[in-house]
Amino acid sequence: MSFLVLTGIQKHFGTTVAVEDFNLSAERGEFVSFLGPSGCGKTTTLRMIAGFEVPTAGTIVLDGGDITYRPPNRRNVGMVFQSYALFPNMNVADNVGFGLKVRKRPPDQIRKRVRELLELVHLGDKGSRFPYQLSGGQQQRVALARALAFEPEVLLLDEPLSALDAKIRVSLRQEIRAIQRQLGITTVYVTHDQEEALSLSDRIVVMSEGRIEQIGTPFEVYNFPTTAFVASFVGTLNVLPATVIDAGAGRLSVAGQEVHIARAVEASAGSTISMALRPEMVSLGEGVEGSNRVKGTVADVSFLGSIVRMRIRLTEGVVVTLDVFNEPTLQLPALNAPVTISFPAEGPLILSSAVVVIPAAALDAEI
Amino acid sequence: MPFFLFAFAALALPLGFLVIGSFQDSDGNLTLQNFADLSTGTIPVAFMNSIEISLVTAVGGGFFGFVLAWAVIMGGLPSWIRSAVMTFSGVASNFAGVPLALAFVFTLGNLGLVTKFLMDSFGLSLRQDLGFTLYSKTGIEIVYFYFQFPLMILIIAPALDGLRREWREASENLGASAFQYWRHVALPILTPSILGTMILLFGNSFGAQATAFQLTGGTIEIATIAIGRQIRGDVLHNPGLGYAMAMGMVVVMSVVITAYTWLQRRSERWLRS
Amino acid sequence: MSVGGGGHTGFGLGQLGVMASWLKPRPGAEGHKRRRGSLVAWVVLIAGVVYFMVPLVATLLFSLRPTPTTLAYTNVLNDPKFSGSLLYSFIVAVITIVVSLAIIVPTAFWVRLKVPHLRTAVEFVTLMPFIIPAVILVFGIIRVYSAKPFVFTRTEFGSDALLVAAYVVLSFPYMYRAVDTGLAAIDVRSLTEAAQSLGAGWPRIILRVILPNLRTALLSGAFLTFAIVIGEYTIASFLARNNQFGVYLSLLGQNKAFEPAAVSLISFGLTWLAMIVIALIGRGRRDRIQITGAK
Repeated sequence: MSFLVLTGIQKHFGTTVAVEDFNLSAERGEFVSFLGPSGCGKTTTLRMIAGFEVPTAGTIVLDGGDITYRPPNRRNVGMVFQSYALFPNMNVADNVGFGLKVRKRPPDQIRKRVRELLELVHLGDKGSRFPYQLSGGQQQRVALARALAFEPEVLLLDEPLSALDAKIRVSLRQEIRAIQRQLGITTVYVTHDQEEALSLSDRIVVMSEGRIEQIGTPFEVYNFPTTAFVASFVGTLNVLPATVIDAGAGRLSVAGQEVHIARAVEASAGSTISMALRPEMVSLGEGVEGSNRVKGTVADVSFLGSIVRMRIRLTEGVVVTLDVFNEPTLQLPALNAPVTISFPAEGPLILSSAVVVIPAAALDAEI
Repeated sequence: MPFFLFAFAALALPLGFLVIGSFQDSDGNLTLQNFADLSTGTIPVAFMNSIEISLVTAVGGGFFGFVLAWAVIMGGLPSWIRSAVMTFSGVASNFAGVPLALAFVFTLGNLGLVTKFLMDSFGLSLRQDLGFTLYSKTGIEIVYFYFQFPLMILIIAPALDGLRREWREASENLGASAFQYWRHVALPILTPSILGTMILLFGNSFGAQATAFQLTGGTIEIATIAIGRQIRGDVLHNPGLGYAMAMGMVVVMSVVITAYTWLQRRSERWLRS
Repeated sequence: MSVGGGGHTGFGLGQLGVMASWLKPRPGAEGHKRRRGSLVAWVVLIAGVVYFMVPLVATLLFSLRPTPTTLAYTNVLNDPKFSGSLLYSFIVAVITIVVSLAIIVPTAFWVRLKVPHLRTAVEFVTLMPFIIPAVILVFGIIRVYSAKPFVFTRTEFGSDALLVAAYVVLSFPYMYRAVDTGLAAIDVRSLTEAAQSLGAGWPRIILRVILPNLRTALLSGAFLTFAIVIGEYTIASFLARNNQFGVYLSLLGQNKAFEPAAVSLISFGLTWLAMIVIALIGRGRRDRIQITGAK
């Protein structure tokens, strides 16, 4: 039974269309992310759920009740803002307890609940501090506690971690997910960081320019993208131009070398299509029997810590990126050395040539 | 450092002279008598009047100025009104002194526009029926408002701008009504600025001279006019007394500035998060 | 805290704030949630407008009373004392601005770059005019400089000089604040170091590198000072500078009926003009100051 349902949501600002035909059904307790680049409409949609924007069309139903036009202070949703938005004139405890105070709960009940929540976010001893005395990560946790204090039905988070350091971001997002699981609260999380979305969500809504590109689990969205945008936005992707030799048999020519893919291609012989390959699909060396093998020269080797990223030039303008796990006994090839790389026949994705036009120069760069 | 040289010559020296002089009597001997004399004659009255007028215009000016600023910035009025009001405030706060006094004489004086209007249209005499005359403390206060309001508006505007939109949204999200938002969040955040500016207004009013002088010709005793008289040597040739009065004023002003700075520091601390 | 009688500080203080916001990059206007034209807001606005407009209107009507209606204005404009005092004040203002700049700019520059620990001391001094009302300042000045060995007040020139000196002091807060903000906005340290590494000497650095980039700040400060000097009354009257515009206006007010109204409006108009000029300078040049922003 769907808990939070958005139907046909549209938002126009004057002549600009910010959100177009947004449909989503979220289950109770589900963690849904809105993922997309800046300006794709994800924050606008979130704000419509919170009530700070009113949809131009469409409905929002929460637990059976239509809240589309309800004022924001009468919905039961808790919001964590990107800038934390803690009230500077109150200490942490008062901030967290504000939602309860407004609902006229008795003071001792408020105190108890505030204590509970501060423990939950591991800030139990900071109750009397003021926001300016806390670090960014701490402030964000207070904001989370504040949003949860009055037991909302939905938790909304608007890029809550974007202002924090990388390390804190990782640990804090795990904390957020743990708390969410513990409380079982339906959550909508807006981010432009695909790693965050992938690691946290039950489902991801990938958005671009106001429209939904795809809704699916992280696994689905990563491995089976349905549009070129999703394929390139989620994770890194090699996109290579390929000429069709035999459409039915799935034989293509990439940089003058023949490869075969495991399915038929909907294009005529001789036409150019885009073949996409995840870096983890590609291996150095001959690979197993039946893989595609392509020859090229080493263009670049970057050491990224746990991963070594190599760029192999197949021909002028066509470069494949592959990742290899780092280990001390690794023997890295020298620059410009000839190498063979391989990938399985089921590996490549075919991006619809009608949708994706990638200029040759951009192929040199990682997407 | 010519700066300090100049400051010394033009500021420190005269000031120091005054300070020392306040401890001297007409023969140049050291004495505290001048300070004792501060409580004689019309001087206490003058100071009291000044304080009273300054309090009224500070609180009143602060309150109405704040309301005006709120209306223009956050009250949902068209945005050109805000810039118009800001520019006008800049001009109005400079309109003080002689031109301002004259303008109000033309309005509420014996032959003033409003006076005559009330008389002609309603048969009301300002003086008899409403017991009001421009040449009184109340009159001075009304005139002073003309530059106190704009000053409040100009100084409090950035503070109002500093009320971040997210605070309002966060409080709504947590269930607060507009009234609760103002009561628990916005006003507490603004209070140091408002108080600080009121203090500034107090000081501004306390030190004002030209306007009142032009208006009343010196009939109403306020501290600045009394000092003015001392300078001209109108009354007794007791320069020490004049110095002491000047000292009194400086003390008052110093208290004002200190209080203001302290309040500023506090509110800055909060908002630094 | 008043500069030249009642409220000049208001002008200056307010202008300081507005000036600072022009000279510094504005935090992006976030836009407050507009409650569509709240009724209360309109009422308040209208009340405010009434209060502020009526005296102005009254002045205007008064000035048009005599027959023919522009008689007051023609009298004023033909009065040699009017143009004389305007000219006098104008000259005094210009001299004040020049002296003030000559003192403030190098000082602000040095404080920023070389002796930051003197900063509080300098700021304290520049804030003095706020603490010491004009009456007191002029009181002290007269006392000190009319007795031996500085008998300045006996001579016309001496008194004029004292007037300029007093006005320079009065202008300190605004000039210093304007220049300081301007210096902060253009990251003066980097500019100077760049110029030095390219081989420039101090005079060239100040003249060619710093001053041109401070144009907005300098002009703002100059116009503020100008407005203050023109309208000032207290110091000028106590120094018996009857030729000063503020004093002229006061004397006129005591003698004539309609002419003061005309002059008032003229001076009001002049102030408007100065404000608009400041606004235009601020608005137009704002982006230019950011040239070195490597933030």
